[in-house]
Amino acid sequence: MTTLLDISALTRRFGGLVAVNGVSFEVARGEVVGLLGPNGSGKTTVLNMISGSLKPSGGDIRLNGEKLSGLPAHRIARKGVARTFQLVRILPSLSVAENIVAALAFRSAPLWGAEVHAAADDLLVIVGLGGRGNERAENLTYIDQKRMELARALAAAPQLLLLDEWLAGLNPTELRVGIELIASLRDSGITIVLVEHVMEAVRALCGRCIVMTAGSKIADGPTADVLRDPEVIRAYLGASHA
Amino acid sequence: MKRFAIAGGFVVAVAVLALAPLCLGAYGLGLLIGLAGYVTLATAWALFSGPTGYISLATVAFVGIGAYCVAALSEVLPYPLVLLIAAAIGLAVALIVGLSTLRLSGVYFVIFTFGLAELIRQLVTFYEINVTGTLGRYIFLGITPEQIYWQLLALGVITLLLTWWIGRSRIGLALKVIGDDEVVASHVGIDIARTKLALFAVSAVIMTLVGAIQAPRWTYVEPAIVFNPTVSFLVLIMALLGGAARLWGPLLGAVPLFMLFEWLSANFPNHYSILLGLLFILIVFALPKGVLSFVEDNWMKRRGPRAADRSEARS
Repeated sequence: MTTLLDISALTRRFGGLVAVNGVSFEVARGEVVGLLGPNGSGKTTVLNMISGSLKPSGGDIRLNGEKLSGLPAHRIARKGVARTFQLVRILPSLSVAENIVAALAFRSAPLWGAEVHAAADDLLVIVGLGGRGNERAENLTYIDQKRMELARALAAAPQLLLLDEWLAGLNPTELRVGIELIASLRDSGITIVLVEHVMEAVRALCGRCIVMTAGSKIADGPTADVLRDPEVIRAYLGASHA
Repeated sequence: MKRFAIAGGFVVAVAVLALAPLCLGAYGLGLLIGLAGYVTLATAWALFSGPTGYISLATVAFVGIGAYCVAALSEVLPYPLVLLIAAAIGLAVALIVGLSTLRLSGVYFVIFTFGLAELIRQLVTFYEINVTGTLGRYIFLGITPEQIYWQLLALGVITLLLTWWIGRSRIGLALKVIGDDEVVASHVGIDIARTKLALFAVSAVIMTLVGAIQAPRWTYVEPAIVFNPTVSFLVLIMALLGGAARLWGPLLGAVPLFMLFEWLSANFPNHYSILLGLLFILIVFALPKGVLSFVEDNWMKRRGPRAADRSEARS
């Protein structure tokens, strides 16, 4: 398998706080990797640096060997990195379809005119929002806003999809539907890095997991092995449970 | 069908407005010139500030630059060339200001643009006093009020058509996305800085031209007149009253407010500013999204919730 994403010695400091401390890992094309760790361990900071919301203080991020670190977010997006946000971000004054069109119209191979609406409708069908393109985005329920955000990320035709707790806050039925949806994306060959606390989803989706605590990587390997690792259990639950 | 009707109505309205000076007296023509100027300014203001939500108070900076270019250059250069130079200077100032300020957002941007207009006024005053030695300038150009009006009308029509075209284009969508959420905008691949800069510059060039075209009518200009901050506030309130996010909003706000200001300044010259301020507060409180949105929302509610949903999805 070829390496899609190559991260080496990635570091981010906020003043005196080292949020991410020399983290290195690779993600192969077509792989689904879980990024785990307790709150404040630096997972979202890593995603923010990959997608360009934050500039790294040190280290290197490469996509297909091309350097991403230091580029502005819109350039990284056009290179095929799409993401969803921990707190769902919709474009409230636009319709559901327009939320998707916004991503289709500005990707590296942009669509416009009649074809863009057809493409938006197709994506809405994929995430289960078929026929609801004319509704206003802010009127959607939480899960539907999440679906829409996922469709917007897919609209970028991403090589790499970053999901930041996309499954958080869903009820059990919605969770099952959500896991199936991401599984179908995985089966279609999209490379995914997901930050997730829902262990059921991590087990079902991720072939491999990386665990962080306090800004450093403490484990990296097949999901089942990593979740049995005493050090990982200690980081998550405290020493008495190990 | 509806689109043809609107296009037809637009052409007829422009034709009627173009012929209006032939049957109006000097006072009527003066009113029309003021109206055309403010409608154009409000539409140009909304071109950038409407979709992005960046409230600019720099309008008068560009109007004043246009007027001063004409005052300073019209005796040595032919008029069309002066207009071109004015537009170029407006563009240059907009690009410099834009590059340094469009990273600001919210109230910081508002304060900066207000300060910018004052800064330019002070710079021009300084230059005139210390270098040329005269504060005011006279403009003697053989341009009739009719010619001023037709130029403004043409500029206004171009501004409206441009706004309409941008609203349907990719750059229009980019502006709306930026207005909704800049983080999302950058992550779907929109170059925020460039998009904002381009629209700010287009809007500024139009404002500069309004100042340049109107200047011959004023005959005498000095910094306190052409850089009067009231103009920026008037344009802002006109666009907000009509609805800055709609094509026709600024026009619908500018026409009644301009007539009202004319009446107020003629009848209550000493209390004009107080009344203006009160009106400003009233509009912001009562109609935060503008008259057009207000009418549409309430009209749709009466016709049933489904219709309202559909109209919202379209807007």
